[in-house]
Amino acid sequence: MGRFLVKRLLSLSLTMLVATVIIFIMIEVVPGDPAAYMMGLSTSTDATEALRAELGLDKGSLERYVSWIEGMLGGDFGISYTYRVPVSELIAERAMVSVPLTIYALLLSTCIAIPVGVISAAARGKITDTVLMGVAQVGVAVPNFWFAILLVLLFSTSLGLFSAGGFPGWDAGFYQCIKALTLPAISLALPQAAILSRVMRSSVLEVMNEDYIRTARAKGLSKRQALIRHGLRNAMIPVLTILGLQFSFLLAGGIIIESIFSLPGLGRLVFQSIAQRDLIVVKSIVTLLVFAVVTITFIVDLLYAWVDPRLREGESG
Amino acid sequence: MAKARAFTIIALLVMVNGHALAQPINVGLQLEPPNLDPTSGAAAAIDEVVYGNIFEGLVRIDENGDVQPGLSLFWEVSTDGRSYIFHLAEGVTFHDGSSFDAHDVRFSFNRARSAGSTNAKKYIFAPIANIDILDPLTIMITLDQARPDFLFNIGLGDAVIVAEETVATNASRPIGTGPFKFDRWVRGDRIELSRNENYWGSAPRLSGATFKIITDPLSAYTAMKAGDIDTFPNYPAPENLFLFDEDPDYDVVVGLTAGETILATNNKKEPFSDIKVRRAIAHAINRQELIDGAMFGNAQAIGTHFAPNHPDYVDLTDMYPHDADKARALLREAGYADGFEASLKLPPATYARRTGELIANQLGRVGINVSIENLEWAQWIDQVLRNRNYDLTIVSHVEPMDINIYANSNYYFGYDNADFQYIMTEIDHSTDAAMTSELYKQAQRKIAEDAVNGYLYQLGKYGVWKKGVKGMWANYPIRSNDLRDVYIEEQD
Repeated sequence: MGRFLVKRLLSLSLTMLVATVIIFIMIEVVPGDPAAYMMGLSTSTDATEALRAELGLDKGSLERYVSWIEGMLGGDFGISYTYRVPVSELIAERAMVSVPLTIYALLLSTCIAIPVGVISAAARGKITDTVLMGVAQVGVAVPNFWFAILLVLLFSTSLGLFSAGGFPGWDAGFYQCIKALTLPAISLALPQAAILSRVMRSSVLEVMNEDYIRTARAKGLSKRQALIRHGLRNAMIPVLTILGLQFSFLLAGGIIIESIFSLPGLGRLVFQSIAQRDLIVVKSIVTLLVFAVVTITFIVDLLYAWVDPRLREGESG
Repeated sequence: MAKARAFTIIALLVMVNGHALAQPINVGLQLEPPNLDPTSGAAAAIDEVVYGNIFEGLVRIDENGDVQPGLSLFWEVSTDGRSYIFHLAEGVTFHDGSSFDAHDVRFSFNRARSAGSTNAKKYIFAPIANIDILDPLTIMITLDQARPDFLFNIGLGDAVIVAEETVATNASRPIGTGPFKFDRWVRGDRIELSRNENYWGSAPRLSGATFKIITDPLSAYTAMKAGDIDTFPNYPAPENLFLFDEDPDYDVVVGLTAGETILATNNKKEPFSDIKVRRAIAHAINRQELIDGAMFGNAQAIGTHFAPNHPDYVDLTDMYPHDADKARALLREAGYADGFEASLKLPPATYARRTGELIANQLGRVGINVSIENLEWAQWIDQVLRNRNYDLTIVSHVEPMDINIYANSNYYFGYDNADFQYIMTEIDHSTDAAMTSELYKQAQRKIAEDAVNGYLYQLGKYGVWKKGVKGMWANYPIRSNDLRDVYIEEQD
């Protein structure tokens, strides 16, 4: 297990280093000058130059790369060009929306998908299975932004149960915030749940054909007992992979849902920062997202090892 | 019981009177301001929140674009038009409690015109030769020459008065003298203001205002309909305005912005350097089709670069009426009988993209084969505005009274015309109002005759508010949602 951990951690650090270089170079070659953007349509060139100097844009690339990495290691991400506040503060504020929203959406999708997958698998070929998988197929096909708009039209404009968007901030109370995140979480969760339940179903079906299940059945366990005691844990491996991917995707990929619900999340911050050429924010968020993805993959790997002991013993992991 | 009845009567009286008790208002805003300091950066969204509410200038521009007293209650102008004596209001304090006087005015103006200034409109301070404090409440500003637009310019958001002690933090915690003070900013979500109880002028009727940022046009619709928003002063979706028009619970007020939407043309580049080609383009344009197709009928055609609601505006929309045959004939005369290829670089604004599709089609009908290139704003500023690497583009010039950009031969149109430049210098020196007005009319005709750009339409301002919301601006002579006179009438 120790060797497994060290190997994983090493590849994690290397990935991060390569990622920062790629991110920095990509940002360097992006056309468009942040200072010119901020000064807009009519301006004097000397004011733009003054602003460039103020933002530190007149220094060399290598110097800026080194100071960027140094700063990040010390937790200092620099000052946003447009907002003029520390980037770390900006990201922390947005993460307070995006992380809870992602967890909320994943909880919803897992709570729906796992029972649906297991029930369909157990009822394979029967009417329940057909109906559930039919619904899941629709769930995969329905675009989540369209579904989100339907939710808003029904629950906000017609019934008035939820506000149509916005986020009150955690100091307004837990209930208010959860309420504000509910419709967005449902919109995000639906397609994810649909995918997950299909994966869960086929995974359970596969596991049910394994030798150890046959052995368990032979020693007298019912189909259900065999599934719960021996099957589920093994069936979870592909589901964990998908969950890990979904978590990273939802963290910043919820931008369309964030826009529809006017939520101040990470996705919108990245998008807006790219448009406004607030490149220091873009760099930092992309780096953090890479970090999040790499870390989640790492955690998923650990979970594999936990559900399947063979993976930590063998060198195949 | 008697007490309860008395309360009821008071409540009824208040309602009959039509005035609600002080309450806050929720204002929808499509673009979030990058910061809240109007004296740095050019983002219109900054003024939409702070102008007239948090910050005030020596003079104030009102809903009609007229200059009103601001921190200066009245002023005297010397007969040569070069020096202004401003008499400042007494007992004015900034929101942090510090007092306001002539030193703050001098500091604000000196900062804006200093060498390291990042003021986007630094040029409006350029004519200032001297600033003399006569006494704490009287200040004299001397210009190097008479400038008829000086008073209007110092009414802009770029010239508001700031305090030296708080200037460094105005971007995130603005401290001004206005009727509302800044409370907090939840970035990406909302900006909260509350009434300044120590305001020097007449107290605003609202107890506060929350500007909510709603980027998505469809979400603007749902937020209004769900009642999250009381007013959307610049509603971003003209396509569904009719849904509010039909709804008795809302008022729709279509006004004008200061945004001349033009088909900007690279006058320095072949074949656009040929006036016949530019006139052919002018004849090829069908404004009504653009207004109906791109703006759902809610915009006003223009024939020159001037706001149609300005008293000096000349309607020149008939100078080059839509006539495809005439356009083809002019192209033939210019030696382009078979037409030519051109690129149209479009910024991401919805009006530009929608209008661009139609323009490409209209020009195609006379033989100009237009290929559309969609750009981000940052790319647009880089390629079109700075490097003039373009043929045609569509953009709305939202700065008020900006016809003088045609006098700058280095501007991205590349229009270099001595006659026009002469008219502008005359305006700069003019001290006579009637003369200035005549010169502005000449200037409008000149650029229209030369067909410098294709003049399309004045961008509309689509105000949507709940019935009962009163006092919102109908027009945007400058980008401001001045809330000092806004109130919400109780509805039964």
